[in-house]
Order: sequence, then structure tokens, then C-alpha cells
Amino acid sequence: MHVLPYLVAVHLFLTGCYGLATSRNLIHAVGCLAVCQSATYVLLLAVGYRDGGTAPVFSDIRPGSRPVVDPVVQALTLTDIVVGATVTALLLALVLQIAKRHGTVDPDELRELRG
Amino acid sequence: MRHLLPLLVALPLLGAALLVATGRRLPRVAVEITGFTVCGGTAALALVLLLNSAPPLTEWVGAWPPAGRESVGILVVGDGPALGMATLASLLTLAALAYSWRYFDAPPHGHTGAYTALMLVFQGAMCGFALAGDLFNAFVFFELMSVVAYALTGYRIDEAKAVQGALTFGIVNSLGAYALLMGIALLYARTGELAMARIGHGLDAAGPGGPDALVLASFVLVLTGLLVKAAAVPFHFWLPDAHAVAPTPVCMLLSGVMVELGAYGVWRVYGTVFAGPGGIPAADLTRALVTLGALTAVTGAVMCWYQRHIKRLLAYSTVAHTGLFLVGLGVLTPEADDGVALYLLGHAGVKAALFACAGALLDRFGSVDEHSLHGRGRPLRATGVMCAVGALGLAGLPPFGTALGKAVAEEAVGGPLTVVYVAASAITAGAVLRVTARVFLGLGPRPRDAEYETSGSHEEPETTGLLSRVPDTMTTVPAVLLAAALAMGVVPGFGALVARSVGPAGSGGAHWTAHGVLLGVASTALAVALAGLAVTRPDWTAAPGWAAPLRRLQSGHVGDYVAWLLVGTTVLGALALPGVLGS
Repeated sequence: MHVLPYLVAVHLFLTGCYGLATSRNLIHAVGCLAVCQSATYVLLLAVGYRDGGTAPVFSDIRPGSRPVVDPVVQALTLTDIVVGATVTALLLALVLQIAKRHGTVDPDELRELRG
Repeated sequence: MRHLLPLLVALPLLGAALLVATGRRLPRVAVEITGFTVCGGTAALALVLLLNSAPPLTEWVGAWPPAGRESVGILVVGDGPALGMATLASLLTLAALAYSWRYFDAPPHGHTGAYTALMLVFQGAMCGFALAGDLFNAFVFFELMSVVAYALTGYRIDEAKAVQGALTFGIVNSLGAYALLMGIALLYARTGELAMARIGHGLDAAGPGGPDALVLASFVLVLTGLLVKAAAVPFHFWLPDAHAVAPTPVCMLLSGVMVELGAYGVWRVYGTVFAGPGGIPAADLTRALVTLGALTAVTGAVMCWYQRHIKRLLAYSTVAHTGLFLVGLGVLTPEADDGVALYLLGHAGVKAALFACAGALLDRFGSVDEHSLHGRGRPLRATGVMCAVGALGLAGLPPFGTALGKAVAEEAVGGPLTVVYVAASAITAGAVLRVTARVFLGLGPRPRDAEYETSGSHEEPETTGLLSRVPDTMTTVPAVLLAAALAMGVVPGFGALVARSVGPAGSGGAHWTAHGVLLGVASTALAVALAGLAVTRPDWTAAPGWAAPLRRLQSGHVGDYVAWLLVGTTVLGALALPGVLGS
């Protein structure tokens, strides 16, 4: 087992969270959320990796002739990407409306909902 | 019978697709009737399946049953709690659709059917989450439910506050969902399984000596995601912001069932995945859930009391009640589970009815501000009466279903936690009673404005203009919901039915006891006393200095909420740590 991919996943998630917490621009914040999500891609793919494994496509290799990586996590990652695309698109649309209605995309200036 | 389970998800999704495809060519009435039919049909199906759910139904969708030790299929589980939540979600969606009949007078031009379609997707996603038997599907439906909820919250995109609340809701909940997914990936890494029960067996087989760091990490990450949805402190900041701005029928669903689905998820995942010897010891879960739940109940109740924006006040009351549900689930006894299930059902009816009353005020006066509406609600007699009845239901006055559930749960948790139950329900109900007395009866002097708060005046009504009278649908729906909440406590055998559905090893049914009735009456009396004090002596109950820091935490800044989410994850890890160290 290689530790590096897991460390990369943790690093990506925490970097994204740091960016979200300190963001001064909502478009940047939505981007940071996408960074957090890429941590899940890295983690899922790292979980499914086998040493010396190849892509689980059996058109040119005989089943059982050599190790392949886990196809389940790849299916999960694909689903995850689709989910992420939807979320990012919707959130960016909301940011666009915030820019129109509030005239700013700086979260520090959006202080109507409080207390 | 079990082959019908996937229909609970498929029917609303197909209905939504139909409405999106044909909606703009259909007249409004046809769209509404299609929505009702699909939603009502799904609700009826869920009810039929619920009544046939012993023994539990399981279905591997698309005929992909497990082959030997390997399973790659999608598992749908229809046991009592799952189908119960699906039925509740469907019935509440039906109520919300009925309430919206006269609500959005003019849907956006060229988009007739978009609102109804979104509500149907919401229903399908909630049913899917309730029925999911494998963790990855639970994540997918969790995200679908969230995305639709963001869209519905920001449905009135011309309103500045609505889009702001929806974005906060979106960022915090999506971050929670990604934490959930990372937890699922770790569990898959350990066991190679995604079906919840199989993960549980896998954990027990892999670590009979007890949990290790990986199990703890996956537990904390999965619970973070679910507790963000359940709005436990300190993951709760998104909820008041989203509920204050969402259209009222959407609030009915968010508060009535979506937040509770987070608590249901915690119960389901712990019971199926982590309860075995390879999982997290019961003492650790109890410590984590009871601590966070009690903190949530207290914070929610205090913040609820100091609100003047009526929808925000109701949102904090939901936070407080979810805290009570988490405390009940945390003690891990069958009696407490029965009590929480009943309490949750009763709360859904009462809270949805109260939001419906707030919506009537908003559309009649263009304001949901307690101070500016002072005495102006007098003409709306029916709405006022329902508000008061709803407040009594919230306090747990026997024989409401909430009172029965609360009494059973109080008895199960016992000791000082009973005080938390009585106090939280009394304070939130007292706040609603105070609003009722001021708005609908005009009692007491007009209170002074505080410095750090969200006022509810100058809100856009959700109809095209201010209504001159409240339409019948907007009075009938809350009346029916309140009657249902009352019937849950009155109809003999309902408590036993719920207890049987929750678990075969149940407590033998939820009954009224003298002790429970007394506590219910006590919290109602406390609520009335608090409301009376607040109305007659507003200065005594105005926000004292010590509450100001608590209110300042709710800063409306999405970055702060993300930071709190990380703090919450750390706290959760610290609370669950002793069991892992000890093994």
C-alpha cells in the first residue's frame, strides 16, 4: 500500500476547506468546494488500486491473466463527478444571482442573515 | 410485493421528467393535477408497502443478487422505519403541493411545471434515501435531495436573501456530503462492500479485537455528513438561513422531514454498520450523540426565543427538536427509538402546520416580523387559532402525538436529560405562543428592536400581490396537519403500531403513563408562563448580555460555517476516541 495518495487526498480536502473558510469571493469559494470534492476522487481511486494492475477492460487481455484495478470505485468516481458537476453548476448559477441582486460576490459584505 | 419497492423512487422521478418535458405546453391546472396524482399515488404505495413490511422487504434492483461473497448490485431495504419515513415524506409533499395550489399564482413564464417537478424529485430523493440499503446509494440520494433542496430554497431567484441563503445551504451541505463519501470510501477499503449490513459483517470479521483508527475515521466522516443534514450543533448554521428564505411550502418539507432524515440516517448507519464488535462501542456513540444532541437542543431553544423573524424562529425550534431526537436515539434503547419515531411524526405535522400559518401571514401582510405585525393579525382568526394549537402541540400537551412520543422518550432517557426535553420543548413553544399573542391578539406593548438580528419585515410575498383574504387551501392544509398530529396521540393502538414498525424487538408499544402526562402538562404550563411573561414584561425577557455572543456566532458568513464544520468533526472524533483507545 502506498501512503502518498491518501496523504494527497487529505491534503486536498483540508486545502479546500481552508480556501472556503478564508474566501473573499464566492466564485473562488465554489472552486474550493470542487477542490474538496477532488479529494474524494483521489481517495476512491487510491482505494481501488492494485500493484501492477491495469485498466479493467477485457477486450485485449484474458480475464485472470494479470491483475486489474477495482472497477467498482471507478464507477463510484464517475457518479461522484456527475454529482459534482450538477452541484457546481447550480451553485455558480446562485452566485450569478447574488452578484445581480447584492452587487457583490464578497461573502464579507453579505450580512443580511444573522443573529 | 418487494419488486414494487424501487417504484417509490422511480414514480416521482418519472412524473417530474414528464412535467419538465410537457409542462410548458400544459395549462397550470393540468400540471397541478398530474403532480397530485403522481405524489398521491406514491404515498398510497408507500402506505401499502408499510403495512406489509413485516418481515422486512429487500430487493436487489435490476436482478443483480449477490453471487457468493461478492455483491455489486443495488440493495433497497423496505423495513418499518424506512417505509415509515418514505410514507411521511410522501404525505408531507402532498400537503405542501396542496398548500402551494394558490401559492405561486404565476409560475415563471415558460416554466409552468418546474416547481411541481422539483417537488416530485425532492419526494423521490427522500424516499430513495430512506430506502437505501447500501451506503453509496444513500450518498447519491443524499446529494440529490440536497441539490433539489438548494434549487427550491433559491426558487425565487429575484430575491437577494433567498439566493444568499440557498448558497450557504449548498456549500455547507455539499461539504458534509463529501465528508460522508470519504467515510464510505474508507469503509469500502476495509471491507470491499457497499451494502450496509455486509459492511457491518466485514468490520466484525476484520477486527474482532475492536475498532482501529480507520474505523474511527470512517465513523467520524460518515456521521459528519449525516449530522450536517440533521443540523446538530455546530453543523447547524445553514438551517436558519435556508429556512428563513425558502418558500413556505418548501420550509414545510425541509423542517418536517428532510432534517429528520439526517437523524434517521445516523440511526440506520450506526445500527447496521457500526453496532457490531468491530465497530464503534455503544458507550462512545451514546457519549457523542447525547452530548451533541443536548447542546443542539439548548442552543436551538435559546436562539429560538430571541428571534423576531417568525420563519427563522420556527427554524430554530426545528434545531432544538432535532437535538431532542438525537438525544433519544443516542441512548440506544428500543423504548427510546419508539418514542423518537412517534415524536418525529407528531413534530412533522405540527411544524409543517406552523410554517403554513407563517406563510399565510407573509402573503397577507408581506411581513413575517413579530414586531411590525403587532396586533395586525386580528382578522385572521382561523390562522391565529391554529398557531396557538400548534404551539401547544410543540410543547407536548397531551393528547398530541408529540406529547406521547416525548413522554416515551423522556422515560427512556431518564435523569437530567428529562429536564432538557421539558425545557427545550417549553421554550420553543413559549416563543411561538408569544408570537401568537402579540400578532393575533395584539397583547402587550410593542417590543423594542435589538441590535444584532434579522428582522422579517419587507419580505416579498410569495403570491403575485398581497392577498386580501387567506385562500381555503392555506387554512385547510394546516388544519389537517394539526388534526393528524392530534390523532397520533388519540387513536388507540397507533403507538403500538409505530413501535411494531420500528423494531420487532420493540418495547411492546408506546403507552400514555401518568408520569408522561404530568411532564407534558408541566412543559405546556411552563410554555404558557414564559409567553405570558414575555408579553407582559418584555424588558425582563429581552436578550441579556450573555446571549449576545451566541447570536453573533450566527454571522451569515459561509466561511465561518465551514470552519465550524471542521470544529464539529474534530469534536466528534474526540468524543468517540475513548472506545478506540480502550480496545
